[in-house]
Amino acid sequence: MNKQKRYRKLLGTPYYLWSVFFIIIPLGMVFYYGLTNRNGSLTFENIAAITQPEHIKGLFLALGLSFLSTIICILLSYPLAMILSAMKVSTKSFVVFIFILPMWMNFLLRTMAWQTLLEKNGVINSILSFVGLPALKIINTPSAIVLGMVYNFLPFMVLPLYNCISKIDENVINAARDLGANSFKVFTKIILPLSVPGIISGITMVFIPALTTFVISKLLGGSKILLIGNVIEEEFTQASNWNLGSGLSIVLMIFIIISIIITNIFDKGGESNFL
Amino acid sequence: MFLIALFLYAPIITLIVLSFNSSKTRAKWGGFTTKWYVSLFKNDAIMSALFNTLLIALVASLVSTLIGTIACISIMNLRKKTRSLVMGVTNIPMLNAEIVTGISLMLLFISFNFRFGLGTILLSHITFCIPYVILSVMPRMAQLDPHTYEAALDLGAGPVYGYIKVVLPEIMPGITAGFLMAFTMSIDDFIITHFTKGAGVDTLSTKIYTEVKKGIKPEMYALSTIIFLTVLVLLLLVNYKPADRKKPAGKEQSA
Repeated sequence: MNKQKRYRKLLGTPYYLWSVFFIIIPLGMVFYYGLTNRNGSLTFENIAAITQPEHIKGLFLALGLSFLSTIICILLSYPLAMILSAMKVSTKSFVVFIFILPMWMNFLLRTMAWQTLLEKNGVINSILSFVGLPALKIINTPSAIVLGMVYNFLPFMVLPLYNCISKIDENVINAARDLGANSFKVFTKIILPLSVPGIISGITMVFIPALTTFVISKLLGGSKILLIGNVIEEEFTQASNWNLGSGLSIVLMIFIIISIIITNIFDKGGESNFL
Repeated sequence: MFLIALFLYAPIITLIVLSFNSSKTRAKWGGFTTKWYVSLFKNDAIMSALFNTLLIALVASLVSTLIGTIACISIMNLRKKTRSLVMGVTNIPMLNAEIVTGISLMLLFISFNFRFGLGTILLSHITFCIPYVILSVMPRMAQLDPHTYEAALDLGAGPVYGYIKVVLPEIMPGITAGFLMAFTMSIDDFIITHFTKGAGVDTLSTKIYTEVKKGIKPEMYALSTIIFLTVLVLLLLVNYKPADRKKPAGKEQSA
């Protein structure tokens, strides 16, 4: 039996080699480039470069916009997930289907379609002027980027939340009701704490992609608004300054790690509250 | 609820409408036409991008399903500490920013003198697909009753035969889900492909991205309308429970 176990462990070799070569070594290279200059000597200037005005602006703007988008996603998804989980099974699967379907259309095209909708003479403004309302001027502004982020990542918040809420035991809620809790109390004391894991995985799936995107900001923000993702992308594709690009990526990873740690703390906090 | 559905579908309706617009610019409506659907099939650039996209997605999801599933057998047998180390590494491509994964692979390919092209895209896609496979096969594997496998061995099945006859059917739903997720992830990926593709090789996503600057060809709207309708019909036909397909992404991460 023991021999067989060793043999089974060996089965993972292709994957272990693969992950060393394509996950760990590449990451190591980002750190290598980020911590050296063009001549290959150790330096922290690529990381310190984050304090340059345009870089720090890009970072703060990205943090702000992705934070805002995450909040909007939670606010939109929560009621939706609650409505969904209260539905009959047949309608439920249909509605979930409605939410997943748009993800099958190329996301670049979908985001670009928003350009058409939001443009100065675009569809939405034509409708607004037809009804006699003032035109919207949000294309090429941060608001358009937030809209794009919410649009692209909303399903990633709805699905884990819905998963989590629909798993809550009906009896727990009924028990709380029997013990005299009103709807508000049931929500704050039962449903909300029990849905924390869903919120957490939703946040990681929305906040990190939003923080690091360069596509949405490029398509909807025009060329003037640079997020940290755009800065890094340009260092690699246009400026060919890999050292600087890697240095800024390290900073970006630090923020990703911080956000994961913060959400994990909340996750644990939620659980212990419940117990 | 209706408003959110409208919000989700507004761009899609726009694209479908644009695919029938006979004016070349998307700013104005020039009348109804189906000519883009005809010229689409004569557009070699778009057709080869479509072919590349499907080829990469198919190969990447098959290879990653194979490697990932076999890896799961091994991971289950590891000691707890090693296992959590392996799972930690597995989580990196899922949690890390796609842009960082993209540039890290690009740096790797440059330093080891890989020739940029279909091959590098494929390697990168397999890399980010494997974690999705592992994370959907693992829970199934963990739920397995080890006694059924042992019973098969006692009844004279060889280790490989036992796995194929007893374990494989049990974990099949996980494998299918993992394969489908890998396939969708690969088809939809832009960022990682953007950094690991060579000049002259394009997938649909990178093709669209370069076209955005010059103005998108109406054939692209036609193609995406066709793809969208195909997926719609397929999903309706194959199973009326499409919720299962994307669900694992949320479920596994929360677990």
